Order: sequence, then structure tokens, then C-alpha cells
Amino acid sequence: MQYESVIGLEIHAQLSTDSKMFCGCSTKFGAEPNTQTCQVCIGMPGVLPVMNKKAIEYVIKTGLAVNCRIAPYSRFARKNYFYPDLPKGYQISQYELPICEHGFVEITVDGITKKIGLTRIHLEEDAGKNIHEGAGSHSFVDLNRAGTPLMEIVSEPDIRSPQEAAEFVKKLRAIVRDIGVCDGNMEQGSLRCDANVSVRPVGQKELGTKTEIKNMNSFRFVEKALEYEIKRQIKILNEGGRIVQETRLWDSNKGITESMRSKEEAHDYRYFPEPDLVPVEVDNAWIERIKEGIEELPDERKQSLIQHGLPEHDANLLSINRSSSDLFKKTVNLGSSSKSVSNLMIGDLRRILNEENKDFDECPLGPEHLDGLLKLIENGTISGRIGKTVLEEMYKTGKHAESIVKEKGLIQVSDESEIEKVVDEILSKSPKEVERFRAGEEKLLGFFAGQIMKATKGKANPKIVNELLRKKLGN
Amino acid sequence: MEIERVALLARLELSMEEQEIFSRQLGSIIEYIDKLNELNTAGIEPTAHVLPMKNIFREDKIRPSLPRDKALQNAPVKTDDFYRVPKIIE
Repeated sequence: MQYESVIGLEIHAQLSTDSKMFCGCSTKFGAEPNTQTCQVCIGMPGVLPVMNKKAIEYVIKTGLAVNCRIAPYSRFARKNYFYPDLPKGYQISQYELPICEHGFVEITVDGITKKIGLTRIHLEEDAGKNIHEGAGSHSFVDLNRAGTPLMEIVSEPDIRSPQEAAEFVKKLRAIVRDIGVCDGNMEQGSLRCDANVSVRPVGQKELGTKTEIKNMNSFRFVEKALEYEIKRQIKILNEGGRIVQETRLWDSNKGITESMRSKEEAHDYRYFPEPDLVPVEVDNAWIERIKEGIEELPDERKQSLIQHGLPEHDANLLSINRSSSDLFKKTVNLGSSSKSVSNLMIGDLRRILNEENKDFDECPLGPEHLDGLLKLIENGTISGRIGKTVLEEMYKTGKHAESIVKEKGLIQVSDESEIEKVVDEILSKSPKEVERFRAGEEKLLGFFAGQIMKATKGKANPKIVNELLRKKLGN
Repeated sequence: MEIERVALLARLELSMEEQEIFSRQLGSIIEYIDKLNELNTAGIEPTAHVLPMKNIFREDKIRPSLPRDKALQNAPVKTDDFYRVPKIIE
């Protein structure tokens, strides 16, 4: 039987305010444990929470960026449960009147653009952290994070594949980073993602039984965890089994999801309006002021990049944040062709950034760097292959391409007689390969070219090398 | 039994006798509160807050936190850096 998957995501984004949601403690990541807490965030009796205005504004700003309706009237609620990382015994959250509702974002997968609905965005406080490693037969609790403003973005079950889910998270991350409300760091946990996933036979209307997947702290894991879970559910159904509604944890080492098997008694959060906080009322003037603070969003940037002559695929990748799109445009303005800049950026530059776990807004290279490099490749001073080396060196040292090429003597050798010497040398060293080539093993051409490049440290003009090889090998 | 569920949610351990007493007492409290249901509240907005106030905010300014030893002072079990709790099985 053919199945389709139905996925809804919940994204938790820590807001990048300086202080916590209801008190003045710092939210800075990485401080010594339990040094950023006070009577309010560790739940001492008799204290009162006071709302951080910036956190409210950040949620409104996010709502505006993802086409939500901003509630003119909203309030907080208490969600009651016991857990060691929750000092008060309740979390201040929002229940029936969230700040934002009914939004959407657009994602593009395989060239098809689709709207993913957003049910709501609400504001709550984060919990502390439980630490199990090094705690022996106990657990440790660090409450530095307790009370950090946390925005929960809930999608409609509009997502139909793990790929779409990963794109959705990427898109939301790009937006929250763009408007400066969250740093989007999935490894440090400032952006976290849970998924509700079920499968149903294609054509069936009712939803299947869903499971909730937690602990997917990168785009790749979102995709992998969902792929695994969907396969798991389909296998159970095909074998005549039944899906159990439960929470499952993604284990990235094992590459599987596992039942949490915790003794979660049926949850009863007993939500009720938070009596310590007054309601939030948002008027149009306030909304307009916040709107003014939003600059160009990824979708608008994508359109402008397409107008710059980029294909949709490239525009999609380069529009993801303002820095990448700015770097692209500025480099093109210096004279490089849009296709060569785009290839360099989404190819080698992105690879280097990924290796360093960095984003374009942390890229140390400016438009002059990229343009300088591309000009040297274009006018034949260096080969594209050497270009990679130069790019890496520029990234490391911040020097410009021209001086790196000069210092390291990387100028491309286009002198035929000079290259010919090397070609002869390599061919005379490899009589067996020459024989095999002549017997029809064409792919050995690459082997010879590689040897020559190695001998010239990549400096030989590849076009001339190929011409000479073909001539010498007689075809 | 309702009383057992309420006790579990509040993490209270009640003896049989206590269960019996509280069950009776809670029953009469709920009965008393139920009087409110006799009022016709159609068309009346639920009250979120008894004071006619809204939008009480603070600016996003950092204020000094408690020194760690003060913060941990009341914890029944702790180390130099952390609160220590029974192992949480996940």
C-alpha cells in the first residue's frame, strides 16, 4: 500500500533579549551554572514577575514576518507540572489567547513552492537544564536558563515529507535570524524542534495515530529522524500492527527514534490565567512601529536576486540571509558575473563555512575578496583548482587573492613547452597506464592529468594539459 | 478516585484517613463554588485579571543576579555548583 506522511512541527526559539522574560537576570549562554538566577526565576515565595517589553515586541515582530494576525488582547496562563528544571512547579505560558495566530511561510522543495500554515505563536518561559553526566546516582540542575523568553511556533499539519520539514525549519530559522529575534543556534539549543508525525494510506482523509519526536538538534537530524520514523510506522502498519501514541527521542548516534517509556501519567496541566500578570493589549500604532523595524525578508530578497539574473535554485540558497545576499550583490557590482559569484558562494565558500560551522553573516571575506579571486580565474592568471586553495588561504588570513597568488607563486603556467616537459616526464614514468589507455581505457586520461597537476602543484593550465595529453597519446 | 488523582498531581501522599477527610472537605468546597454556576453569565467576558490594568512592562535591562551560594542556600541537597536531585530517568 502507498502511504503519505503528515507532519506538524513545533519550533521553540529563545528570544535574543539581554535579560530574562520576567526578571533582570542575564540570558547569556555559557555562564557558570546557577550564577544567573534570582528570587523571581527560581520561584521564591512572594515575588512577582514583570514582563520584558522587548520579548513581547519580538514575538509580534515574528508574527508580522510570517503573516500572522496579531491579537489585540492576549494573556498569560500557568501550565502546572512537576519537573526538577521547573522551580515554580508551573511554567508561565500562553494558552487560549496567544499573541499571534493564523500565519504561514512559503517553502520551496524540488522547485515547487508551497505554503505551510502556522497555527499560533506564543510566548513562554524556558525551563532550566538537568544534567546527568558526572552526577553519579543523581542528577544536577542548573537554573541559568530558567525564565529565558521562549517563543513557540506551531505549524499546521501541512508538511508531507521530511525534506519539507527540514526546509520549513531552515526558512523559519532564516526569518528569526533576519529580524534579529533569535540567533537560531540549534546546537546550543536556542532553536529547538519537535515534530508530530503520522502516516495514512494515500487518499484516506482521517489522520493516522501520531507520535511526537524530540531531540532533533540540526536540519539534517530533522530530516533523518522523520525519515526513520515514517519508515518505522509504515512497517508496523504493513505487518498488521498498530501505532502507539507516544513521545519518541531521536538518537543521532544510533540513527533511530526510541520510545521515551517514561511514566508520563496522562498529562493534566490544569491551565489557568496567570494572576500575577496583567493582560497585554496591542494597538495598531504599536504594530506599525514594530513593522517599521523589519527590513527585507528572505522571500523579497529571493525575488530581487532572481531579478539579478540568478536561477531560482541559486536565489533560494543565497537569499536565506541578508549577509549572503548582500555579499552576492556587492560582488556582482564590482564586475564579476552573477553566475560565477553564485557558483563560488554556494560551492566552495559555503563548503568552507559549513566546515567551520558558520553562516554567511560570520564570513570574514568581503566582496573585494571574492571579486579579486574571480577576476584572477577569469583572466587565466590562476586555474579554478588553484582558486580553491586561494579561497581557503583568503579565508584563513584575510589577505587578498592577488597577494596570495604572488606570495605563493601560484600563477598558472600556460607556457606550452614548460608543460610539455612535465607531460613527457609523467608519460615516460607510466608505460603501463599508457598501454592501457591506448588499448581503450579512456578514463586514464584523468589519471595522467591528475599526475601532471600534482607535479606542477596545480599550476598547469588544465586546457593545455588536456590538449598535450591527447596529442601525445595519439588521438 | 478523584482524590487520588488530585493528590498525585500535587505530589501529595495521603493516608486512607486523609483521603477520606479531604475527599469530604473538597466535595463541600466544590459544592459551594458550584453556586456560581447558578448565575447567568451569557455574554460576559471571562475575567483575566481583577485589576483594570494592562501592559505593565519592564525594559530589557540586566540586573545583578544572586550570588550562587545565596541562590543554592535553601536547597536541601546541593553541590558547590548545582542543585542535586534524585536521578531523572529519561
